[in-house]
Amino acid sequence: MSGAAIVDQNRRDFLFLATGAVGAVGVGAVVWPLIDQMNPDASTLALAAIEVDITAIQEGQIVTVKWRGKPVFIRHRTAKEIDEAVNTPISELRDPQTDAERVKKAPWLVVVGICTHLGCVPLGHEGKYDGWLCPCHGSVYDTSGRIRQGPAPLNLEVPEYAFLSDTKVRIG
Amino acid sequence: MSGSSTYVPKSAVGRWFESRLPIMGLVHSSFIVYPVPRNLNYMWTFGAILSFMLVAQIVTGVVLAMHYTPESTLAFSSVEHIMRDVNYGWLFRYLHSNGASMFFVAVYMHIFRGLYYGSYKAPREVLWILGVIIYLLMIATAFMGYVLPWGQMSFWGATVITNLFSAIPLVGKSVSIWLWGGYAIDNATLNRFFSLHYLLPFMIAGVVGLHVWALHVVGQNNPDGVEVKNVERDTVIFTPYATLKDAFGLAVFLIVYAWFVFYIPNYLGDADNYNNANPLVTPAHIVPEWYLLPFYAILRAIPNKLMGVICLFGAIALLAFLPWLDTSPVKSAKYRPVFRVFFWVFVAVCLGLGWLGSQEVSDSTTLAARLLAFCYFAFFLIVLPLLGLFEKTKPLPASIADAVLAKGAPAAQPAE
Repeated sequence: MSGAAIVDQNRRDFLFLATGAVGAVGVGAVVWPLIDQMNPDASTLALAAIEVDITAIQEGQIVTVKWRGKPVFIRHRTAKEIDEAVNTPISELRDPQTDAERVKKAPWLVVVGICTHLGCVPLGHEGKYDGWLCPCHGSVYDTSGRIRQGPAPLNLEVPEYAFLSDTKVRIG
Repeated sequence: MSGSSTYVPKSAVGRWFESRLPIMGLVHSSFIVYPVPRNLNYMWTFGAILSFMLVAQIVTGVVLAMHYTPESTLAFSSVEHIMRDVNYGWLFRYLHSNGASMFFVAVYMHIFRGLYYGSYKAPREVLWILGVIIYLLMIATAFMGYVLPWGQMSFWGATVITNLFSAIPLVGKSVSIWLWGGYAIDNATLNRFFSLHYLLPFMIAGVVGLHVWALHVVGQNNPDGVEVKNVERDTVIFTPYATLKDAFGLAVFLIVYAWFVFYIPNYLGDADNYNNANPLVTPAHIVPEWYLLPFYAILRAIPNKLMGVICLFGAIALLAFLPWLDTSPVKSAKYRPVFRVFFWVFVAVCLGLGWLGSQEVSDSTTLAARLLAFCYFAFFLIVLPLLGLFEKTKPLPASIADAVLAKGAPAAQPAE
Protein backbone atom coordinates (compact mmCIF):
# COMPACT_ATOMS: atom_id res chain seq x y z
CA MET A 1 0.00 0.00 0.00
CA SER A 2 2.64 2.46 1.07
CA GLY A 3 4.70 1.49 -1.98
CA ALA A 4 1.80 2.40 -4.28
CA ALA A 5 1.43 5.72 -2.46
CA ILE A 6 5.07 6.58 -3.06
CA VAL A 7 4.79 5.69 -6.75
CA ASP A 8 1.71 7.92 -6.98
CA GLN A 9 3.60 10.68 -5.22
CA ASN A 10 6.50 10.49 -7.69
CA ARG A 11 4.16 10.47 -10.67
CA ARG A 12 2.32 13.53 -9.34
CA ASP A 13 5.59 15.34 -8.72
CA PHE A 14 6.72 14.57 -12.23
CA LEU A 15 3.43 15.74 -13.76
CA PHE A 16 3.53 18.88 -11.61
CA LEU A 17 7.07 19.78 -12.74
CA ALA A 18 6.51 18.85 -16.38
CA THR A 19 3.24 20.79 -16.58
CA GLY A 20 4.80 23.73 -14.78
CA ALA A 21 7.80 23.83 -17.12
CA VAL A 22 5.67 23.65 -20.26
CA GLY A 23 3.33 26.26 -18.78
CA ALA A 24 6.18 28.67 -18.02
CA VAL A 25 7.55 28.39 -21.56
CA GLY A 26 4.06 28.77 -22.98
CA VAL A 27 3.31 31.88 -20.90
CA GLY A 28 6.62 33.42 -21.97
CA ALA A 29 5.97 32.61 -25.62
CA VAL A 30 2.62 34.38 -25.46
CA VAL A 31 3.58 37.33 -23.24
CA TRP A 32 6.38 38.60 -25.46
CA PRO A 33 4.25 38.87 -28.63
CA LEU A 34 1.58 40.59 -26.53
CA ILE A 35 4.12 43.21 -25.42
CA ASP A 36 6.00 43.53 -28.70
CA GLN A 37 2.90 44.09 -30.84
CA MET A 38 2.76 47.57 -29.29
CA ASN A 39 6.24 48.53 -30.53
CA PRO A 40 6.61 50.53 -33.81
CA ASP A 41 5.45 48.35 -36.71
CA ALA A 42 7.17 47.66 -40.03
CA SER A 43 5.35 50.45 -41.87
CA THR A 44 6.42 52.99 -39.24
CA LEU A 45 10.04 51.81 -39.39
CA ALA A 46 9.99 52.02 -43.21
CA LEU A 47 9.42 55.80 -43.02
CA ALA A 48 12.58 56.27 -41.01
CA ALA A 49 14.60 58.53 -43.41
CA ILE A 50 13.87 61.70 -45.45
CA GLU A 51 15.86 63.98 -47.80
CA VAL A 52 15.56 67.77 -47.60
CA ASP A 53 16.65 70.45 -50.11
CA ILE A 54 18.11 73.32 -48.08
CA THR A 55 18.84 75.86 -50.87
CA ALA A 56 15.70 77.89 -50.09
CA ILE A 57 16.48 78.31 -46.39
CA GLN A 58 17.69 81.89 -45.89
CA GLU A 59 20.22 82.94 -43.30
CA GLY A 60 18.41 83.46 -39.98
CA GLN A 61 15.55 81.23 -41.03
CA ILE A 62 14.33 78.08 -39.29
CA VAL A 63 12.49 75.47 -41.35
CA THR A 64 10.50 72.67 -39.77
CA VAL A 65 10.28 69.33 -41.54
CA LYS A 66 8.42 66.22 -40.42
CA TRP A 67 10.50 63.14 -39.71
CA ARG A 68 9.12 60.00 -38.07
CA GLY A 69 6.01 62.01 -37.15
CA LYS A 70 8.15 64.50 -35.30
CA PRO A 71 9.22 68.04 -36.21
CA VAL A 72 12.90 68.57 -37.10
CA PHE A 73 14.29 72.11 -37.10
CA ILE A 74 16.82 73.04 -39.79
CA ARG A 75 18.26 76.38 -38.78
CA HIS A 76 20.45 78.49 -41.04
CA ARG A 77 22.33 80.40 -38.37
CA THR A 78 23.65 83.96 -38.70
CA ALA A 79 27.27 84.77 -37.84
CA LYS A 80 26.13 86.33 -34.55
CA GLU A 81 24.17 83.23 -33.60
CA ILE A 82 27.14 81.01 -34.40
CA ASP A 83 29.41 83.24 -32.29
CA GLU A 84 27.05 83.06 -29.34
CA ALA A 85 26.85 79.29 -29.59
CA VAL A 86 30.60 78.79 -29.95
CA ASN A 87 31.62 81.28 -27.26
CA THR A 88 29.38 79.94 -24.51
CA PRO A 89 31.57 78.63 -21.65
CA ILE A 90 30.91 74.92 -21.29
CA SER A 91 30.76 75.25 -17.51
CA GLU A 92 27.49 77.18 -17.84
CA LEU A 93 25.72 74.24 -19.47
CA ARG A 94 23.41 71.75 -17.82
CA ASP A 95 24.07 69.15 -20.52
CA PRO A 96 27.65 70.06 -21.50
CA GLN A 97 28.34 69.89 -25.24
CA THR A 98 30.34 72.22 -27.45
CA ASP A 99 28.72 73.71 -30.51
CA ALA A 100 31.17 71.76 -32.71
CA GLU A 101 29.87 68.47 -31.30
CA ARG A 102 26.34 69.42 -32.33
CA VAL A 103 26.77 70.61 -35.94
CA LYS A 104 28.39 69.24 -39.09
CA LYS A 105 28.69 72.62 -40.87
CA ALA A 106 28.72 75.75 -38.69
CA PRO A 107 25.79 77.61 -40.32
CA TRP A 108 23.49 74.59 -40.23
CA LEU A 109 21.94 73.37 -37.00
CA VAL A 110 19.71 70.30 -37.32
CA VAL A 111 17.80 69.28 -34.19
CA VAL A 112 14.66 67.34 -33.32
CA GLY A 113 12.05 69.99 -32.49
CA ILE A 114 10.83 68.31 -29.35
CA CYS A 115 11.42 69.72 -25.92
CA THR A 116 13.31 67.16 -23.83
CA HIS A 117 11.06 67.94 -20.88
CA LEU A 118 7.63 66.65 -21.92
CA GLY A 119 7.65 66.71 -25.69
CA CYS A 120 6.16 70.05 -26.75
CA VAL A 121 7.44 71.88 -29.84
CA PRO A 122 9.59 74.88 -28.79
CA LEU A 123 9.15 78.26 -30.50
CA GLY A 124 12.11 79.57 -32.55
CA HIS A 125 13.85 82.95 -32.12
CA GLU A 126 12.44 83.25 -28.61
CA GLY A 127 13.76 83.16 -25.07
CA LYS A 128 16.70 84.79 -23.38
CA TYR A 129 19.30 83.14 -25.62
CA ASP A 130 17.47 83.76 -28.90
CA GLY A 131 17.35 80.03 -29.57
CA TRP A 132 14.05 78.39 -28.61
CA LEU A 133 11.49 78.77 -25.87
CA CYS A 134 9.14 75.94 -24.98
CA PRO A 135 5.63 77.34 -24.44
CA CYS A 136 4.54 74.49 -22.21
CA HIS A 137 6.78 74.68 -19.18
CA GLY A 138 9.22 77.44 -20.05
CA SER A 139 12.43 75.61 -21.03
CA VAL A 140 14.91 77.91 -22.80
CA TYR A 141 17.38 76.69 -25.46
CA ASP A 142 20.28 78.60 -27.05
CA THR A 143 21.28 78.91 -30.72
CA SER A 144 22.92 75.51 -30.53
CA GLY A 145 19.72 73.95 -29.16
CA ARG A 146 21.30 73.45 -25.76
CA ILE A 147 19.18 73.64 -22.60
CA ARG A 148 19.91 76.81 -20.62
CA GLN A 149 16.92 77.40 -18.33
CA GLY A 150 13.73 75.66 -17.20
CA PRO A 151 12.78 72.07 -16.35
CA ALA A 152 14.14 70.19 -19.41
CA PRO A 153 17.11 67.97 -18.51
CA LEU A 154 18.84 67.63 -21.93
CA ASN A 155 19.80 69.54 -25.08
CA LEU A 156 17.53 69.27 -28.11
CA GLU A 157 18.37 65.94 -29.72
CA VAL A 158 20.57 65.97 -32.83
CA PRO A 159 19.13 63.34 -35.18
CA GLU A 160 21.26 61.09 -37.34
CA TYR A 161 21.81 63.10 -40.54
CA ALA A 162 24.30 63.66 -43.37
CA PHE A 163 24.97 66.27 -46.06
CA LEU A 164 24.47 64.43 -49.36
CA SER A 165 25.69 67.57 -51.17
CA ASP A 166 25.94 71.28 -50.32
CA THR A 167 22.21 71.62 -50.88
CA LYS A 168 20.81 68.33 -49.73
CA VAL A 169 20.48 66.81 -46.26
CA ARG A 170 19.39 63.29 -45.48
CA ILE A 171 17.79 62.85 -42.04
CA GLY A 172 17.65 59.36 -40.56
CA MET B 1 -22.97 43.10 8.80
CA SER B 2 -25.12 41.49 6.12
CA GLY B 3 -25.52 38.25 8.04
CA SER B 4 -27.07 35.16 6.53
CA SER B 5 -30.02 35.89 4.31
CA THR B 6 -33.39 34.67 5.47
CA TYR B 7 -34.94 35.61 2.17
CA VAL B 8 -37.58 33.21 0.85
CA PRO B 9 -39.19 34.07 -2.50
CA LYS B 10 -42.98 34.22 -2.47
CA SER B 11 -43.63 32.48 -5.77
CA ALA B 12 -42.94 28.81 -6.50
CA VAL B 13 -40.89 29.81 -9.59
CA GLY B 14 -38.88 32.19 -7.43
CA ARG B 15 -38.16 29.45 -4.89
CA TRP B 16 -37.23 27.03 -7.71
CA PHE B 17 -34.77 29.58 -9.12
CA GLU B 18 -33.42 30.70 -5.73
CA SER B 19 -32.45 27.14 -4.80
CA ARG B 20 -30.39 26.99 -8.01
CA LEU B 21 -28.92 30.52 -8.08
CA PRO B 22 -29.56 32.59 -4.94
CA ILE B 23 -29.14 35.94 -6.64
CA MET B 24 -32.39 37.48 -5.39
CA GLY B 25 -31.32 36.63 -1.87
CA LEU B 26 -28.04 38.44 -2.47
CA VAL B 27 -29.85 41.54 -3.72
CA HIS B 28 -32.29 41.31 -0.83
CA SER B 29 -29.56 41.11 1.81
CA SER B 30 -27.34 43.74 0.14
CA PHE B 31 -29.81 46.39 -0.93
CA ILE B 32 -33.11 45.79 0.85
CA VAL B 33 -32.58 44.72 4.45
CA TYR B 34 -28.91 45.71 4.64
CA PRO B 35 -28.48 47.79 7.81
CA VAL B 36 -27.11 51.32 7.32
CA PRO B 37 -26.13 53.70 10.14
CA ARG B 38 -29.12 55.91 10.93
CA ASN B 39 -27.05 59.12 11.07
CA LEU B 40 -25.81 59.15 7.44
CA ASN B 41 -25.96 62.58 5.80
CA TYR B 42 -26.18 63.55 2.11
CA MET B 43 -22.43 63.20 1.68
CA TRP B 44 -23.12 59.46 1.78
CA THR B 45 -25.22 59.57 -1.40
CA PHE B 46 -22.22 59.97 -3.70
CA GLY B 47 -21.49 56.22 -3.77
CA ALA B 48 -24.83 55.61 -5.46
CA ILE B 49 -24.34 58.67 -7.68
CA LEU B 50 -20.95 57.32 -8.79
CA SER B 51 -22.46 53.91 -9.63
CA PHE B 52 -25.05 55.70 -11.74
CA MET B 53 -22.41 57.80 -13.51
CA LEU B 54 -20.33 54.71 -14.35
CA VAL B 55 -23.34 53.11 -16.03
CA ALA B 56 -24.25 56.39 -17.76
CA GLN B 57 -20.71 56.77 -19.15
CA ILE B 58 -20.67 53.18 -20.41
CA VAL B 59 -24.06 53.54 -22.11
CA THR B 60 -23.27 56.90 -23.79
CA GLY B 61 -19.77 55.65 -24.63
CA VAL B 62 -21.01 52.50 -26.35
CA VAL B 63 -23.38 54.69 -28.40
CA LEU B 64 -20.54 57.07 -29.39
CA ALA B 65 -18.32 54.13 -30.38
CA MET B 66 -20.98 53.13 -32.93
CA HIS B 67 -20.34 56.39 -34.83
CA TYR B 68 -16.74 57.29 -34.05
CA THR B 69 -13.70 56.38 -36.23
CA PRO B 70 -10.44 55.72 -34.35
CA GLU B 71 -8.11 56.67 -37.23
CA SER B 72 -5.90 59.74 -37.11
CA THR B 73 -7.04 61.31 -40.39
CA LEU B 74 -10.74 60.67 -39.69
CA ALA B 75 -11.16 60.87 -35.91
CA PHE B 76 -11.63 64.64 -35.70
CA SER B 77 -14.21 64.80 -38.49
CA SER B 78 -16.03 61.72 -37.18
CA VAL B 79 -16.64 63.61 -33.93
CA GLU B 80 -18.08 66.51 -35.93
CA HIS B 81 -20.13 63.94 -37.84
CA ILE B 82 -21.53 62.77 -34.50
CA MET B 83 -22.33 66.39 -33.58
CA ARG B 84 -24.02 67.32 -36.86
CA ASP B 85 -25.34 64.22 -38.62
CA VAL B 86 -26.04 61.46 -36.11
CA ASN B 87 -29.52 61.56 -34.59
CA TYR B 88 -29.11 62.97 -31.08
CA GLY B 89 -25.35 62.58 -31.54
CA TRP B 90 -24.83 66.02 -30.00
CA LEU B 91 -26.74 64.87 -26.93
CA PHE B 92 -24.74 61.72 -26.40
CA ARG B 93 -21.42 63.44 -26.96
CA TYR B 94 -22.23 66.26 -24.54
CA LEU B 95 -23.61 63.77 -22.01
CA HIS B 96 -20.40 61.75 -22.27
CA SER B 97 -17.90 64.64 -22.15
CA ASN B 98 -19.71 66.47 -19.35
CA GLY B 99 -20.46 63.14 -17.72
CA ALA B 100 -16.72 62.63 -17.26
CA SER B 101 -16.51 65.94 -15.40
CA MET B 102 -19.56 65.16 -13.28
CA PHE B 103 -18.06 61.73 -12.53
CA PHE B 104 -14.99 63.48 -11.15
CA VAL B 105 -17.09 66.02 -9.22
CA ALA B 106 -18.79 63.08 -7.52
CA VAL B 107 -15.59 61.15 -6.89
CA TYR B 108 -13.91 64.20 -5.31
CA MET B 109 -16.92 64.73 -3.03
CA HIS B 110 -16.74 61.02 -2.17
CA ILE B 111 -12.97 61.13 -1.47
CA PHE B 112 -13.11 64.32 0.61
CA ARG B 113 -16.09 62.88 2.52
CA GLY B 114 -13.92 59.86 3.34
CA LEU B 115 -11.09 62.14 4.37
CA TYR B 116 -13.27 64.34 6.61
CA TYR B 117 -14.98 61.47 8.42
CA GLY B 118 -11.92 59.19 8.58
CA SER B 119 -13.54 56.48 6.46
CA TYR B 120 -10.12 55.04 5.59
CA LYS B 121 -9.33 53.92 9.16
CA ALA B 122 -9.51 50.36 10.48
CA PRO B 123 -11.30 48.23 9.54
CA ARG B 124 -11.82 49.99 6.17
CA GLU B 125 -8.23 50.13 4.84
CA VAL B 126 -8.81 47.64 2.01
CA LEU B 127 -12.06 49.35 1.09
CA TRP B 128 -10.20 52.65 0.89
CA ILE B 129 -7.30 51.27 -1.19
CA LEU B 130 -9.77 49.73 -3.64
CA GLY B 131 -11.25 53.21 -3.92
CA VAL B 132 -7.82 54.68 -4.72
CA ILE B 133 -7.39 52.02 -7.44
CA ILE B 134 -10.77 52.98 -8.91
CA TYR B 135 -9.69 56.63 -8.88
CA LEU B 136 -6.45 55.75 -10.72
CA LEU B 137 -8.38 53.75 -13.33
CA MET B 138 -10.77 56.70 -13.72
CA ILE B 139 -7.85 59.05 -14.38
CA ALA B 140 -6.38 56.69 -16.98
CA THR B 141 -9.77 56.22 -18.66
CA ALA B 142 -10.55 59.94 -18.73
CA PHE B 143 -7.10 60.77 -20.09
CA MET B 144 -7.39 58.28 -22.96
CA GLY B 145 -10.93 59.38 -23.69
CA TYR B 146 -9.81 62.98 -23.99
CA VAL B 147 -7.31 61.94 -26.69
CA LEU B 148 -9.98 60.40 -28.94
CA PRO B 149 -11.50 63.62 -30.46
CA TRP B 150 -7.98 64.19 -31.84
CA GLY B 151 -7.99 67.94 -31.37
CA GLN B 152 -4.95 70.04 -30.53
CA MET B 153 -5.39 69.65 -26.77
CA SER B 154 -6.00 65.90 -27.18
CA PHE B 155 -2.77 65.51 -29.08
CA TRP B 156 -0.56 67.71 -26.93
CA GLY B 157 -2.09 66.58 -23.66
CA ALA B 158 -1.30 63.02 -24.72
CA THR B 159 2.22 64.08 -25.71
CA VAL B 160 2.94 65.64 -22.31
CA ILE B 161 1.46 62.75 -20.31
CA THR B 162 3.12 59.94 -22.30
CA ASN B 163 6.42 61.79 -22.07
CA LEU B 164 6.15 61.54 -18.27
CA PHE B 165 7.31 57.94 -18.72
CA SER B 166 10.44 59.08 -20.56
CA ALA B 167 11.64 60.41 -17.19
CA ILE B 168 12.24 56.82 -16.02
CA PRO B 169 16.01 56.29 -15.95
CA LEU B 170 17.53 54.01 -18.64
CA VAL B 171 14.36 52.51 -20.14
CA GLY B 172 12.23 55.69 -20.25
CA LYS B 173 12.68 56.41 -23.94
CA SER B 174 11.88 52.82 -24.95
CA VAL B 175 8.81 52.84 -22.74
CA SER B 176 7.52 55.98 -24.46
CA ILE B 177 8.11 54.54 -27.95
CA TRP B 178 6.38 51.34 -26.87
CA LEU B 179 3.38 53.30 -25.59
CA TRP B 180 3.18 55.31 -28.82
CA GLY B 181 3.80 52.45 -31.24
CA GLY B 182 6.00 54.89 -33.16
CA TYR B 183 8.35 57.79 -32.59
CA ALA B 184 5.59 60.21 -31.64
CA ILE B 185 1.86 60.18 -30.90
CA ASP B 186 0.21 58.98 -34.11
CA ASN B 187 -2.44 56.67 -35.50
CA ALA B 188 -1.10 53.64 -33.63
CA THR B 189 -1.42 55.56 -30.36
CA LEU B 190 -4.96 56.73 -31.13
CA ASN B 191 -6.03 53.21 -31.97
CA ARG B 192 -4.71 51.62 -28.80
CA PHE B 193 -6.10 54.41 -26.64
CA PHE B 194 -9.53 53.78 -28.17
CA SER B 195 -9.23 50.07 -27.40
CA LEU B 196 -8.14 50.72 -23.80
CA HIS B 197 -10.68 53.49 -23.27
CA TYR B 198 -13.36 50.93 -24.10
CA LEU B 199 -11.82 48.30 -21.83
CA LEU B 200 -10.98 50.23 -18.65
CA PRO B 201 -14.56 51.16 -17.61
CA PHE B 202 -15.33 47.46 -17.34
CA MET B 203 -12.26 47.00 -15.16
CA ILE B 204 -13.55 49.89 -13.06
CA ALA B 205 -16.88 48.08 -12.79
CA GLY B 206 -15.01 45.00 -11.56
CA VAL B 207 -13.12 46.91 -8.88
CA VAL B 208 -16.35 48.70 -7.92
CA GLY B 209 -17.76 45.23 -7.29
CA LEU B 210 -14.88 44.50 -4.90
CA HIS B 211 -15.30 47.96 -3.33
CA VAL B 212 -18.98 47.30 -2.59
CA TRP B 213 -18.18 43.80 -1.37
CA ALA B 214 -15.56 45.14 1.04
CA LEU B 215 -18.03 47.81 2.14
CA HIS B 216 -20.65 45.21 2.93
CA VAL B 217 -18.15 43.19 4.97
CA VAL B 218 -17.05 46.04 7.27
CA GLY B 219 -20.16 48.23 7.06
CA GLN B 220 -20.43 51.92 6.35
CA ASN B 221 -18.63 54.57 8.32
CA ASN B 222 -20.85 57.43 9.48
CA PRO B 223 -20.64 61.11 10.46
CA ASP B 224 -19.87 60.28 14.09
CA GLY B 225 -17.24 57.71 13.22
CA VAL B 226 -18.28 55.25 15.90
CA GLU B 227 -19.01 51.68 14.82
CA VAL B 228 -22.45 50.12 14.92
CA LYS B 229 -22.87 48.43 18.31
CA ASN B 230 -26.53 47.56 18.35
CA VAL B 231 -28.07 46.90 14.93
CA GLU B 232 -31.58 47.56 16.30
CA ARG B 233 -30.79 50.99 17.76
CA ASP B 234 -27.97 52.24 15.50
CA THR B 235 -29.17 51.32 12.01
CA VAL B 236 -32.09 51.49 9.65
CA ILE B 237 -32.70 49.14 6.72
CA PHE B 238 -31.37 50.09 3.30
CA THR B 239 -34.74 50.19 1.57
CA PRO B 240 -36.59 52.52 1.80
CA TYR B 241 -34.31 54.78 3.91
CA ALA B 242 -30.98 54.79 2.04
CA THR B 243 -32.59 54.02 -1.33
CA LEU B 244 -34.78 57.10 -1.20
CA LYS B 245 -32.05 59.34 0.14
CA ASP B 246 -29.70 58.17 -2.63
CA ALA B 247 -32.41 58.67 -5.25
CA PHE B 248 -33.09 62.23 -4.06
CA GLY B 249 -29.37 63.08 -3.99
CA LEU B 250 -29.01 61.61 -7.48
CA ALA B 251 -31.94 63.65 -8.79
CA VAL B 252 -30.41 66.90 -7.55
CA PHE B 253 -27.05 65.88 -8.99
CA LEU B 254 -28.62 65.11 -12.37
CA ILE B 255 -30.23 68.56 -12.50
CA VAL B 256 -26.77 70.12 -12.23
CA TYR B 257 -25.47 67.64 -14.84
CA ALA B 258 -28.33 68.52 -17.21
CA TRP B 259 -27.66 72.22 -16.71
CA PHE B 260 -24.12 71.72 -17.95
CA VAL B 261 -25.18 69.50 -20.87
CA PHE B 262 -27.96 71.78 -22.13
CA TYR B 263 -26.76 75.28 -21.26
CA ILE B 264 -22.96 75.35 -21.04
CA PRO B 265 -21.79 72.11 -22.70
CA ASN B 266 -18.35 73.47 -23.60
CA TYR B 267 -17.69 75.40 -20.41
CA LEU B 268 -15.33 72.77 -18.99
CA GLY B 269 -13.67 71.99 -22.32
CA ASP B 270 -10.89 73.79 -24.11
CA ALA B 271 -11.58 75.77 -27.29
CA ASP B 272 -8.26 74.58 -28.75
CA ASN B 273 -9.67 71.07 -28.96
CA TYR B 274 -11.92 72.18 -31.82
CA ASN B 275 -8.75 72.46 -33.93
CA ASN B 276 -7.57 69.28 -35.62
CA ALA B 277 -4.42 67.80 -34.09
CA ASN B 278 -1.21 69.16 -35.62
CA PRO B 279 2.05 67.44 -34.62
CA LEU B 280 4.15 70.41 -35.76
CA VAL B 281 2.50 73.17 -33.72
CA THR B 282 2.16 73.16 -29.94
CA PRO B 283 -0.67 75.34 -28.61
CA ALA B 284 0.57 78.38 -26.70
CA HIS B 285 -0.89 77.11 -23.46
CA ILE B 286 -1.40 73.42 -22.72
CA VAL B 287 -3.72 72.53 -19.87
CA PRO B 288 -5.24 69.21 -18.86
CA GLU B 289 -8.91 68.83 -17.99
CA TRP B 290 -9.89 70.59 -14.75
CA TYR B 291 -9.91 67.44 -12.62
CA LEU B 292 -6.18 66.89 -13.14
CA LEU B 293 -5.06 70.50 -12.69
CA PRO B 294 -3.77 70.19 -9.09
CA PHE B 295 -1.42 67.37 -10.11
CA TYR B 296 -0.35 69.30 -13.19
CA ALA B 297 0.50 72.28 -10.96
CA ILE B 298 2.67 70.01 -8.79
CA LEU B 299 4.45 68.66 -11.91
CA ARG B 300 5.24 72.17 -13.15
CA ALA B 301 6.34 73.39 -9.73
CA ILE B 302 9.30 70.98 -9.58
CA PRO B 303 12.33 72.19 -11.58
CA ASN B 304 13.71 68.67 -12.14
CA LYS B 305 12.03 66.37 -14.67
CA LEU B 306 12.32 63.06 -12.84
CA MET B 307 11.46 64.59 -9.45
CA GLY B 308 8.47 66.37 -11.01
CA VAL B 309 7.12 63.10 -12.34
CA ILE B 310 7.77 61.31 -9.03
CA CYS B 311 5.92 64.05 -7.13
CA LEU B 312 3.02 63.93 -9.60
CA PHE B 313 2.50 60.20 -9.10
CA GLY B 314 3.45 60.41 -5.41
CA ALA B 315 0.68 62.94 -4.80
CA ILE B 316 -1.86 60.33 -5.87
CA ALA B 317 -0.07 57.28 -4.43
CA LEU B 318 0.07 58.89 -0.96
CA LEU B 319 -3.70 58.46 -0.72
CA ALA B 320 -3.26 54.70 -0.56
CA PHE B 321 -1.08 55.04 2.57
CA LEU B 322 -3.53 57.33 4.35
CA PRO B 323 -4.78 54.62 6.76
CA TRP B 324 -1.27 54.40 8.23
CA LEU B 325 -0.23 58.04 7.91
CA ASP B 326 -3.14 59.22 10.04
CA THR B 327 -2.25 58.06 13.54
CA SER B 328 -5.34 59.29 15.35
CA PRO B 329 -7.74 56.62 16.60
CA VAL B 330 -10.68 59.03 16.29
CA LYS B 331 -12.31 58.85 12.85
CA SER B 332 -14.68 61.76 12.40
CA ALA B 333 -13.47 65.36 12.08
CA LYS B 334 -16.55 66.24 14.15
CA TYR B 335 -14.54 65.19 17.21
CA ARG B 336 -11.13 66.40 15.96
CA PRO B 337 -11.09 70.21 16.25
CA VAL B 338 -7.51 70.69 15.04
CA PHE B 339 -7.77 68.16 12.22
CA ARG B 340 -10.92 69.91 11.05
CA VAL B 341 -8.98 73.16 10.54
CA PHE B 342 -6.19 71.36 8.68
CA PHE B 343 -8.75 69.54 6.57
CA TRP B 344 -10.23 72.77 5.26
CA VAL B 345 -6.75 74.22 4.73
CA PHE B 346 -5.98 71.08 2.70
CA VAL B 347 -9.14 71.57 0.61
CA ALA B 348 -8.05 75.18 -0.02
CA VAL B 349 -4.55 73.97 -0.98
CA CYS B 350 -6.02 71.54 -3.53
CA LEU B 351 -8.26 74.25 -5.01
CA GLY B 352 -5.33 76.68 -5.09
CA LEU B 353 -3.14 74.15 -6.88
CA GLY B 354 -5.96 73.56 -9.34
CA TRP B 355 -6.19 77.25 -10.12
CA LEU B 356 -2.41 77.56 -10.49
CA GLY B 357 -2.39 74.56 -12.83
CA SER B 358 -4.72 76.43 -15.17
CA GLN B 359 -2.52 79.54 -15.32
CA GLU B 360 0.39 80.25 -17.61
CA VAL B 361 3.82 79.75 -16.08
CA SER B 362 5.38 82.82 -14.46
CA ASP B 363 7.80 83.34 -11.59
CA SER B 364 5.00 84.17 -9.16
CA THR B 365 2.77 81.22 -10.10
CA THR B 366 5.76 78.87 -9.90
CA LEU B 367 6.61 80.16 -6.43
CA ALA B 368 2.99 79.84 -5.28
CA ALA B 369 2.75 76.33 -6.75
CA ARG B 370 5.91 75.30 -4.90
CA LEU B 371 4.52 76.59 -1.61
CA LEU B 372 1.17 74.85 -2.09
CA ALA B 373 2.82 71.63 -3.31
CA PHE B 374 4.83 71.64 -0.08
CA CYS B 375 1.60 72.13 1.90
CA TYR B 376 -0.03 69.25 -0.01
CA PHE B 377 2.70 66.80 0.93
CA ALA B 378 3.08 68.24 4.43
CA PHE B 379 -0.58 67.46 5.13
CA PHE B 380 0.02 63.77 4.54
CA LEU B 381 3.60 63.38 5.76
CA ILE B 382 3.80 65.85 8.68
CA VAL B 383 0.37 66.99 9.84
CA LEU B 384 -1.51 63.68 9.85
CA PRO B 385 1.17 61.58 11.60
CA LEU B 386 1.79 64.24 14.28
CA LEU B 387 -1.81 65.28 14.93
CA GLY B 388 -2.67 61.82 16.20
CA LEU B 389 -0.03 62.25 18.90
CA PHE B 390 -0.78 65.82 20.00
CA GLU B 391 -4.41 66.56 19.24
CA LYS B 392 -6.88 66.65 22.12
CA THR B 393 -10.04 65.13 20.68
CA LYS B 394 -13.59 65.67 21.90
CA PRO B 395 -15.34 62.79 23.74
CA LEU B 396 -17.01 60.33 21.38
CA PRO B 397 -20.68 59.42 21.80
CA ALA B 398 -21.26 55.99 23.27
CA SER B 399 -23.11 54.87 20.16
CA ILE B 400 -24.64 56.15 16.93
CA ALA B 401 -28.06 56.13 18.57
CA ASP B 402 -26.77 58.26 21.45
CA ALA B 403 -25.29 60.77 19.01
CA VAL B 404 -28.53 61.01 17.04
CA LEU B 405 -30.75 61.27 20.10
CA ALA B 406 -28.49 63.82 21.84
CA LYS B 407 -28.91 66.12 18.85
CA GLY B 408 -32.70 66.18 19.06
CA ALA B 409 -32.85 65.89 22.85
CA PRO B 410 -34.07 69.33 24.02
CA ALA B 411 -36.94 69.58 21.54
CA ALA B 412 -38.50 66.15 21.68
CA GLN B 413 -38.05 63.01 23.67
CA PRO B 414 -37.58 59.93 21.46
CA ALA B 415 -40.91 58.38 20.66
CA GLU B 416 -39.82 54.77 20.88
